[in-house]
Amino acid sequence: MFEDLRDLYQEVIFDHNRNPRNFRVMENANRRVDGFNPLCGDKLTLFLKIEDHVITDASFQGSGCAISTASVSLMTEIIKGKTEEEAETLFKQFHEMTTGKTEQVNLEAIGKLAVLAGVREYPARVKCATLAWHTLDAALKNQQEAISTE
Amino acid sequence: MTTYPIDQIRADFPILGETVRNKPLVYLDNAASCQKPQTVIDSIVHVYSHEYANIHRGVHTLSVKATDRFEAAREKVKEFINAGSTKEIVFVRGATEAINLIAQSYGKSQLQAGDEIVISAMEHHANIVPWQMLCQQIGTVLKVAPMNQKGELIFEEFEKLLGANTRLVAIAHMSNALGTINPVERIIAAAQAKNIPVLLDGAQAIPHMPVDVQALGCDFYVFSGHKLYGPSGTGVLYGKQALLEAMPPYQGGGDMIRTVSFEKTTYAGLPHKFEAGTPAIAEIIGLGAAIDYVTAVGMDKIAAYEAELLAYATEQAEQIKGMNIIGQAAEKGGILSFTLDHIHPHDIGTMLDSVGIAVRAGHHCAMPVMDFYAVPATARASFAMYNTRQEIDVLMQGIKSLIEVFG
Repeated sequence: MFEDLRDLYQEVIFDHNRNPRNFRVMENANRRVDGFNPLCGDKLTLFLKIEDHVITDASFQGSGCAISTASVSLMTEIIKGKTEEEAETLFKQFHEMTTGKTEQVNLEAIGKLAVLAGVREYPARVKCATLAWHTLDAALKNQQEAISTE
Repeated sequence: MTTYPIDQIRADFPILGETVRNKPLVYLDNAASCQKPQTVIDSIVHVYSHEYANIHRGVHTLSVKATDRFEAAREKVKEFINAGSTKEIVFVRGATEAINLIAQSYGKSQLQAGDEIVISAMEHHANIVPWQMLCQQIGTVLKVAPMNQKGELIFEEFEKLLGANTRLVAIAHMSNALGTINPVERIIAAAQAKNIPVLLDGAQAIPHMPVDVQALGCDFYVFSGHKLYGPSGTGVLYGKQALLEAMPPYQGGGDMIRTVSFEKTTYAGLPHKFEAGTPAIAEIIGLGAAIDYVTAVGMDKIAAYEAELLAYATEQAEQIKGMNIIGQAAEKGGILSFTLDHIHPHDIGTMLDSVGIAVRAGHHCAMPVMDFYAVPATARASFAMYNTRQEIDVLMQGIKSLIEVFG
């Protein structure tokens, strides 16, 4: 029935929505930022452990739609082991991919995250996918206050 | 349902023939805004093609014609809600502006620090925030009457809030997030027994049931035109004449004055005192056409038809495992707010849209209601005079399929 949505709701997204990865409170995190999307009420808390500019651990808590849950779950997987600079680069690439500002996004470079490229066609849902990454951006910049997509 | 001309009605709304994502449109977001019949669309085209000029201004033919049509719309509104006089019908941009007008004009002139305003737990933000603003400005106090799990006002608790300092009750006739129809007759009787004026927010109620402001006896009644199959940018504030007379203007400008000099300005009489500036002329004439349309069908018939639709939708929804109806008041209008286990409302909204079904997903401008039910949001199917059982079947089939897809 939902054939038209296959680009948006890929199996990987259902999988991460059903079984979010790194869904836990991190007691020894040294970065912790809240993200909020007032439009739909999505809320998440991102925890990072950063040592020598390397993200050694990432986790999250919160509730949201399948797109936002899968996005943050995938993000915590992919940024582990990355340097802060590499994570910032990923943020920029992800942002470009989801807002469709450039056609030359290197889908290979962002690996699994490419499953979220479909939101480009659904302007009402782009913020669901980008909330996690804006929250990450704030955490990398060591901002303390909560992030809002508005 | 035999006497209800559903096929003719559907044919009267051109947008219902549209396809969305290659599927026939199933429009179930009527509580946000209703679609427009051809007569409303035609009336606007007609005004701009043949009868448009500014109103209450010129002696020239077009201005006179436009003024006549505009004032005829006021007469139609008066008849529609059975107000005592057209002086009691003030045109505004919508229910939101009407409530802001009452808060700023009536509130600031008649209320003072320590006075209490009673609202309910199921209000739209438009009947919360203007009062909070007034409270910050002049020190009035907002009291909130609670509701039960079914989404019904707890009347005894409401009554207890009516105290020596209560100066206004402002309450939804029908809840936009839950569909609850409040017991407005009892509310008005209880408040007026203590000489407390009552404002009814009729934004949701007006398209669904006959409203007679004199029979109700409410002091203010407000609604938006776009939810009554009329154009956006139109709204009505009904107020009892004596109350409106005592209130200062809300905005200053043209059309609301009698004489202006740099030393002193005198204001126009009702209702023009509250209508500064050029209004939405063509749109308000279009609202008149919308009222003609629903009146010709009959508000009683519309109410009965929609009640059957809601009963059918509720019965179908109750059979779907994992579907939870939010708002199960005994007295309810055509709104089915719901959640699905483990599926976020935004996913519901996008998925249903992909098969042509328009529902609202979100907090419905009623965040306190979402907090009450401890949900971030709900999905909401809301019905209008042109919806059908077949459309409800399409909705339910869509919901069943998406539950399967999400597994």
